[in-house]
Amino acid sequence: MKISNIQNEIVEEFDIFDTWMDKYEYLIELGKSVPKISDQNKSEDNIIKGCQSKVWLHAEKEDGLIKFYADSDAIITKGIISLLIRTFSNQNPTDIINANTDFIDKIGLRQHLSANRANGLNNMIKKIKYYAIAFSKLN
Amino acid sequence: MIFNMNVLKNIELIRKDFPILSTKVNGNQLIYLDNAATSQTPNCVIESISDYYKNLNSNIHRGVHKLSQLATEKYEESRKKFKKHFNARSTSEIIFTPGTTHSINLISNGFIKFLKKDDEIIVSQLEHHSNIVPWQMLCEKTGAIMKVIPMNEKGELDLNVFATLLNDKTKVVFVNHVSNALGTVNPIDIIIEKSHNAGAAVLIDGAQAAPHFEIDVKKLNVDFYVCSAHKLCGPTGVGILYGKKEWLEKLPPYQGGGEMIDQVSFEKSTYADLPNKFEAGTPNISGVIASGIGLDYINKIGLTNIKEYEDYLLDYATSKLKEIDGIKIYGESKTKVSVISFNIGEIHPYDIGSVIDNLGIAVRTGHHCAQPIMDYFDIPGTIRISFSFYNTIEEINILIDALKKASKMLS
Ligand SMILES: Cc1ncc(COP(=O)(O)O)c(C=O)c1O
Repeated sequence: MKISNIQNEIVEEFDIFDTWMDKYEYLIELGKSVPKISDQNKSEDNIIKGCQSKVWLHAEKEDGLIKFYADSDAIITKGIISLLIRTFSNQNPTDIINANTDFIDKIGLRQHLSANRANGLNNMIKKIKYYAIAFSKLN
Repeated sequence: MIFNMNVLKNIELIRKDFPILSTKVNGNQLIYLDNAATSQTPNCVIESISDYYKNLNSNIHRGVHKLSQLATEKYEESRKKFKKHFNARSTSEIIFTPGTTHSINLISNGFIKFLKKDDEIIVSQLEHHSNIVPWQMLCEKTGAIMKVIPMNEKGELDLNVFATLLNDKTKVVFVNHVSNALGTVNPIDIIIEKSHNAGAAVLIDGAQAAPHFEIDVKKLNVDFYVCSAHKLCGPTGVGILYGKKEWLEKLPPYQGGGEMIDQVSFEKSTYADLPNKFEAGTPNISGVIASGIGLDYINKIGLTNIKEYEDYLLDYATSKLKEIDGIKIYGESKTKVSVISFNIGEIHPYDIGSVIDNLGIAVRTGHHCAQPIMDYFDIPGTIRISFSFYNTIEEINILIDALKKASKMLS
């Protein structure tokens, strides 16, 4: 599926919930379903700075598509990660580089994220785009 | 627990003095439990700042004109208030700085003059980064060695080990009076006495102590005592540094500039007398004046009343928290101020903090600028709640409900 379609799908899913509490609960559920990443990929190099919780992000390229693997020691952060992985994993570098990332705002979550966490989220998106740029240059 | 009922009766009146306490967060009444980071500001302090800019604004210590004289008087009046409050011998022992961090840097930097390679300095494991890093920089510059007083499982310092660290190479010992991360009140009287017996100077970081109980620097016989006005109902950007006159006279100035000089020529300048020697440039005049008003406000309620009431809140909250499944409280010293650090089960403190923030409850999560303590317990951080005299039992009840809700959501 195209990135923008996945994003619309996510926005629609969150639209069902009226309160931030319900949205949070959904996010926590999503967080619990993120597959664990290997200890080897939980390296210092893969840590994203700017988060109070630890976030690891690892990427690999397979058949022209980038696969993202990520983890965090905080569950809400993991929920956010799951949305990013669902959106950006298995996409080609060019689409990732050109993707809009305002779907997080559309979900109505950003005002419920602390400044620190919002900053962490921006850093995650930045790192995802960096990976895409790096992999596109490797072609 | 017996406490002064009058304090309780007045609590609603006291709360009215703090406009921010009626703020709504996300539709919920704000519950402010991050007082160890910064205390809220009463109307009289806010008005003092606005009054200064409306009626007094001018530079101090230099103008012949009326406004400058009035502003100087008010500024110096504030110094007198802090001198009296901490029982210093004279006003020249009270220096105004931008904060605790700045004060510690001022002292540690001055000690370059007194340290040589292989001299020793002693810190505790319970310190805020502000009382670690400036001294590490001092070690880098001088080749001195830093030793650490360890703590135990309860968050108390091990004084037996401390005794073995002291020797004739020890030049300075720097410990906090109260730990910001755990709330432990340290036995600084013993630390000061033992350090002095070994010939070492002592700096006490009182940032977390000054808001909670009386401090008598003369009785403590401490060499340096530092704290921040923004934790004492004052504005941000003002620190109070007490130093024994003998020490302050020996220490070199930290910054050069106007106000701190006696005579200046290109060959050589001579420095002003205390306290001006350490107050280069135009200080935070309105802030210093307002800090004095904040101190007056605290003293009007009375630190004895404050301590009694906060102890009551601390006991109540501690026993209520212990009813929550999986809770682990860090820092269980017998002597504590109203600070509680904890985690619930395996839940990340940041997750709990985020959920209860949405419910309008302000707490601190993370390592609280005290990573060595977190390393000791092998945790990424804690949730820290810290009470002031304007917090209530009702707020604690709402917090407990919110924590239970958050814990259910997150487990
Ligand atoms: C024990 C302790 N020391 C030092 C500081 C630093 O104070 P400031 O940020 O006002 O310089 C704090 C502030 O949290 C503290 O709690």
